[in-house]
Amino acid sequence: MSVTELPTAGMLPGGPGEGVQVVIAGDEFPTQEMTLSIGPQHPSTHGVLRVVLTLDGERIDTATPVIGYMHRAFDKLSEVRDYRQIIALSNRHDWLSAFGNELGVALATERLMGLEVPERAQWIRMLMAEWNRVLNHLMFLGSFGLELGAMTPMFYAFREREDIQTLMEMATGARMHFTYCRVGGLKEDLPKGFLLYSEVLVKRIRHRLLDYAGLLLGNEIFKKRTVGIGVLPGEVAKSYGVTGPILHASGVAEDSRKTEPYLKYSEVEFEVPVGEHGDSFDRFNVLYHRIEESLKIIEQVHDKLPPGPVMPGKMPKYLKPPEGWTYVRTENSLGETGYYLVSRGETTPWRLKMRTPSFHNVSMIPYLLKGVLLPDLIAVLGSVFFVVGDVDR
Amino acid sequence: MIFYHFFSNPWVVFALKLAAVFIFFLTAPLVLGYVEHKGLAHMQSRLGPMEAGKFHGWAQLIADGVKFIQKEDIIPDAADRHIFALAPMVVIIPVSLVFLVIPFGPASVSCHAPAGAGGCGFWGENFDVGIFFVLAISAISVIGMLMAGWSSANKFSLIGAIRGAAQLIAYELPLVLAASAVAMQAGTLSLVGIAAAQDSYWFVFPQIAGFIIFVIASLAELSRPPFDMPIADSEIIFGHMTEYTGIRFGLFLLSEYAGIVSLSAIAVVLYLGGWHGFLVPWIPGPIWTLAKIGALSFLVIWLRATYPRLREDQLQKMAWKYLIPIALVNILLTMIFKVAF
Repeated sequence: MSVTELPTAGMLPGGPGEGVQVVIAGDEFPTQEMTLSIGPQHPSTHGVLRVVLTLDGERIDTATPVIGYMHRAFDKLSEVRDYRQIIALSNRHDWLSAFGNELGVALATERLMGLEVPERAQWIRMLMAEWNRVLNHLMFLGSFGLELGAMTPMFYAFREREDIQTLMEMATGARMHFTYCRVGGLKEDLPKGFLLYSEVLVKRIRHRLLDYAGLLLGNEIFKKRTVGIGVLPGEVAKSYGVTGPILHASGVAEDSRKTEPYLKYSEVEFEVPVGEHGDSFDRFNVLYHRIEESLKIIEQVHDKLPPGPVMPGKMPKYLKPPEGWTYVRTENSLGETGYYLVSRGETTPWRLKMRTPSFHNVSMIPYLLKGVLLPDLIAVLGSVFFVVGDVDR
Repeated sequence: MIFYHFFSNPWVVFALKLAAVFIFFLTAPLVLGYVEHKGLAHMQSRLGPMEAGKFHGWAQLIADGVKFIQKEDIIPDAADRHIFALAPMVVIIPVSLVFLVIPFGPASVSCHAPAGAGGCGFWGENFDVGIFFVLAISAISVIGMLMAGWSSANKFSLIGAIRGAAQLIAYELPLVLAASAVAMQAGTLSLVGIAAAQDSYWFVFPQIAGFIIFVIASLAELSRPPFDMPIADSEIIFGHMTEYTGIRFGLFLLSEYAGIVSLSAIAVVLYLGGWHGFLVPWIPGPIWTLAKIGALSFLVIWLRATYPRLREDQLQKMAWKYLIPIALVNILLTMIFKVAF
């Protein structure tokens, strides 16, 4: 299947009310295409993504995502902040996987400086990254249901998220923007009782996941709305640079935790769930099973967590990585996040370029939405998991 | 004696009945709305309203109503002002008229009502063609929906209104077919007569297919989940109600909840034996009717917490491919049994 043509910038329709008169020869009933602007304020686009649609009845002719409403110049700003400050900065843009983002910055800086991170810190980082992944995926499990009109999973998701946020607050002191990583290790060790609560929570969430399976995965209407909708073949997904659960749903098991393990991912056992058809249902299913795999990893961390310090003994007062560059890729909650870090030996990076998964996921929208019905827009948008802050940075 | 004369005036009796129907029309949706708030909340591990009126937020919907009245009534510049303003009335008046003919209790044995007061019993008016009246008049609401959608000058409103109209055309047919099988079995079109005919057994047992069709079609006609595409909030904001504010919006909401109560009441009369109770026959008929209406309405709320919404074309497919043929077969079977036995 070939990649469909993207509408060029010149074709970008203007505001609402500007339609194109289309008269089909021989047709007695000339119809007019309607331009519909979904967003930036619209209940189905979580955040401020705008999608400009041209509709033929309820069928979508073209869909053009308009991004940039949330551009906060992360890349540029990090050129004037030192490395410790960037960690606090980096968990802002993708607010749903804050820990995963700060982890990448710390990893890149450490690699450039050649720092050795203590064993215990690496295990705890992995534990937190996986909890963050569960936190993120629960959000999308819930919101996908809500967009299709099933409101209950959303509230269940927030019930579980509340528990996990309480857990992460115990260690980090924050519920959303954790800022727990430090270059070289972690802010501090886990508090007393953390592991106990973590174990309880793994069991509780594993049990409650059955609620989602019952409400959505086994629901006939849910299947009718998602099976065969927004099919994304693996080859097309790869050509667009899509990663994470969406790529896995298309049958490609590319996961940097497996192919290029960082932290201690090579020492734990887990699977990368893959889908068969690459439709909306598969994407949702993969997301669901990713939570189970994350819980498996968390359990293994509980067993294998070694004692020891969480920061190297002596850290320089000013972090000055030597001149050079590095590229770190991590499997973040929504897909592969890349950090291209260039240093000229100063206290601030010369350049820090982030490759975020949501940007590439959103680039799929024109391909996936071509020719589908307006109600399926929701089933597609909800399953192309993205965070608008992560698109625009 | 004066008292007796006062109540033998048909106009007085009729006015009192109208007042009772009107009060029921205004309060029942509020009670249902409160039950929906609390019921949904508890199904979703929330508390729901807890503040208004001190005790578990019982006054929340009254507060909401007061708020709707206070809000500014905004009519968009591009809107067709008169039609825009008229649409909520066109939606709500037919819904309120339905309550006029719903029987809540049996006819009283010693009847002193004067001629022209609609007979005696717990109903506003006993039409000979009650079921016909109800089904005909409840279909008028969709005109209000179309008016709202077209006059709002909003694309989301327009899509919602067209969806609503398409849905009504598809679902009015199974609704009428299912109801006419019941009328055939009872041998009367009068709602009072149909309820009275269920003395020995409820029609839900012989007409189980009809009952299921009636409930599904009612849900679609009310635009309630899983058939709420005309107001699908994640796709088209709020359908035909997108541009409405203040009390006009409040009227739309009131008509939605009143519609749930009225269609539940019709289903109770047609299938669930009306005022006829079971096991505890000393409970008065009107209480039975109200309890059954409540139970059916709760089912509507329950479905909202459980199901995602279908797509418009899937809904149409279901109506034309399954519901209408099954309803036709149901009528045929009813006819055969009616003639044979």
